[in-house]
Amino acid sequence: MNMLLAAGNTTSLAVICVYLFLLLVLGVVSARLFKGTAADYFVVSRSVGSFLMLMSIFGTTMTGFALVGSTGKAYSTGIGVYGLMASWSGLIHSAVFFLIGIRLWAIGKRHGYLTQCEYFRERFDSPMLGYILFPILVGLVIPYLLVGVIGAGKAVQPITAGSFPDLFPAYKPDGSINPGLHGGIPPWIGMGVICLIVLFYVFFGGLRGAVWANTLQTIVFIITGLIAFYMISTRLGGLAEASKAVAEKPETASRLAREGLVGHAQFFTYCFIPLSVGMFPHLFQHWLTAKSAKSFRLTVVVHPIFIAIVWLPCIMIGIWAAGHFGATVPDANTVLGRMVNTLVHVPWLSGLLGAGILAAIMSSLDSQFMCIGTMFTRDVVIRFFGEDRFSDKQKIWIGRGFILLIVLISYLLALVLQKGTHIFDLGVWCFSGFAALFPLVFAAVYWKRATRAGAISSVAVTAAVWTVLFVNDMIAKQSRQPGQDDELLILNMMPVTIIIAASALTLVVVSLVTQPPSTQTLAKFFPEKR
Amino acid sequence: MARYTIWILFVAMFLLHHDFWYWDDTTLVLGFLPIGLAYHAGFSIAAGLLWLAAVKWAWPSELERWADEGDAS
Repeated sequence: MNMLLAAGNTTSLAVICVYLFLLLVLGVVSARLFKGTAADYFVVSRSVGSFLMLMSIFGTTMTGFALVGSTGKAYSTGIGVYGLMASWSGLIHSAVFFLIGIRLWAIGKRHGYLTQCEYFRERFDSPMLGYILFPILVGLVIPYLLVGVIGAGKAVQPITAGSFPDLFPAYKPDGSINPGLHGGIPPWIGMGVICLIVLFYVFFGGLRGAVWANTLQTIVFIITGLIAFYMISTRLGGLAEASKAVAEKPETASRLAREGLVGHAQFFTYCFIPLSVGMFPHLFQHWLTAKSAKSFRLTVVVHPIFIAIVWLPCIMIGIWAAGHFGATVPDANTVLGRMVNTLVHVPWLSGLLGAGILAAIMSSLDSQFMCIGTMFTRDVVIRFFGEDRFSDKQKIWIGRGFILLIVLISYLLALVLQKGTHIFDLGVWCFSGFAALFPLVFAAVYWKRATRAGAISSVAVTAAVWTVLFVNDMIAKQSRQPGQDDELLILNMMPVTIIIAASALTLVVVSLVTQPPSTQTLAKFFPEKR
Repeated sequence: MARYTIWILFVAMFLLHHDFWYWDDTTLVLGFLPIGLAYHAGFSIAAGLLWLAAVKWAWPSELERWADEGDAS
């Protein structure tokens, strides 16, 4: 029996390896189409059409957070997770694409911007704003990267469990074998391989490599997610039986509703979290790749539907896991992998599902690595040494060098933080930081009275309030029991509410009491009404 | 006018997101889908339709012209 299991899981591993090899091939092909210019490497020569735009933006916004994190959170908190994140995101993300994304694309195209710092620096006529924003944006992208890297490591181990029992044994705290993880590829290897694959196609293919890979990966994770949903529900005796098992257990029945699991104020104030997409630097870069404003249309309309297609199966699998395992799984992040491994007994299909999970994770990692490389090249190196100091070829190599450094730092941080980090909560903190900067981008594109002092004060207040609340939550988490799942709430609201209020209030008050921007600056950034 | 209608619908959807009436309801729609989840799945589809209407009737075509007037690559 054990030999059969091991053989099956080796097949799963082989399928994952084949998929990863395909990504390497994609990296080589996209590198062959590379035109050799910095504009091509960093924004695909602004040539991306509707379909690639939809797939790359959706793939970028869906990460380990959406698959591994949502399933784990639904396992512990129930169906409310969908309303907290997925349905709010469907409404708010598209609103941000429509109101902010198209405008930033137009401004970026008109003035040739490649990064957010370049835009904000000129919009507010303040080099200092660029210097303040750069470390904050990089500092917020890194936890987001970690969500993906840690998620990848935690997903691979249970899916490949049984493959190498002698090489990678896994034990419970009491010393007995942990069957869900025993013999699986340990997170330090899984995380390392994923980082290397993404590094390869981004390094050689630039943002074109990322856009192509995102498209392939989005197709893969949507299809495999639906297959996983079908297979798992079938193994559990059908849709009705699977849900009935949850309803019949007193300790899990509450997960079919929200009472006692999600508070009203918490549920409502989650609406601020999806505003984060307005300030994601990697999404900013994707917006700039659009061939025309029309490239956004399909994304704006289909994005909410795609979110539903990915999140609904994950939430259902999460609550079914509660019915199947009971409330006994210590690490909720491993729930999706455990469900696939214990219920889907077709090895190649398990492997494909594993590849799908990794696809979702990698489709965000690539854009994040890419945007950090771009920001470092444009906002630090070129800013200090001048636009004409380097050739296009040198700029590309500087970007690549920094991408390599960030991959290494992310991997080392993921190794340190992997144990005990709840992917969903880490993701929410990261999104909260970006969301709190939303008033800045909104004011930049719509409020002519927003001033340099207002912008700088708003960013400083955001950074200070976010840091205080984040550190408080981390300290509080240390006193909780392992596996205990409590989010920090302030007056029953999400902390993002406080941070975004402080950010917006500071921006408005300071702007109103300081000198307005010059008419030349406003003429540059606001289209005249005709 | 179309733009105002879209934003009024947006505010209506924003408010309808908070379905307190299904808060403690564990009814399974079609025998498997918790009713609170079914409501929010429908909400996602409605959001897609809202944005379809926005793209059709409130598209900012003036921005595209403005972007093309610039000389940057």
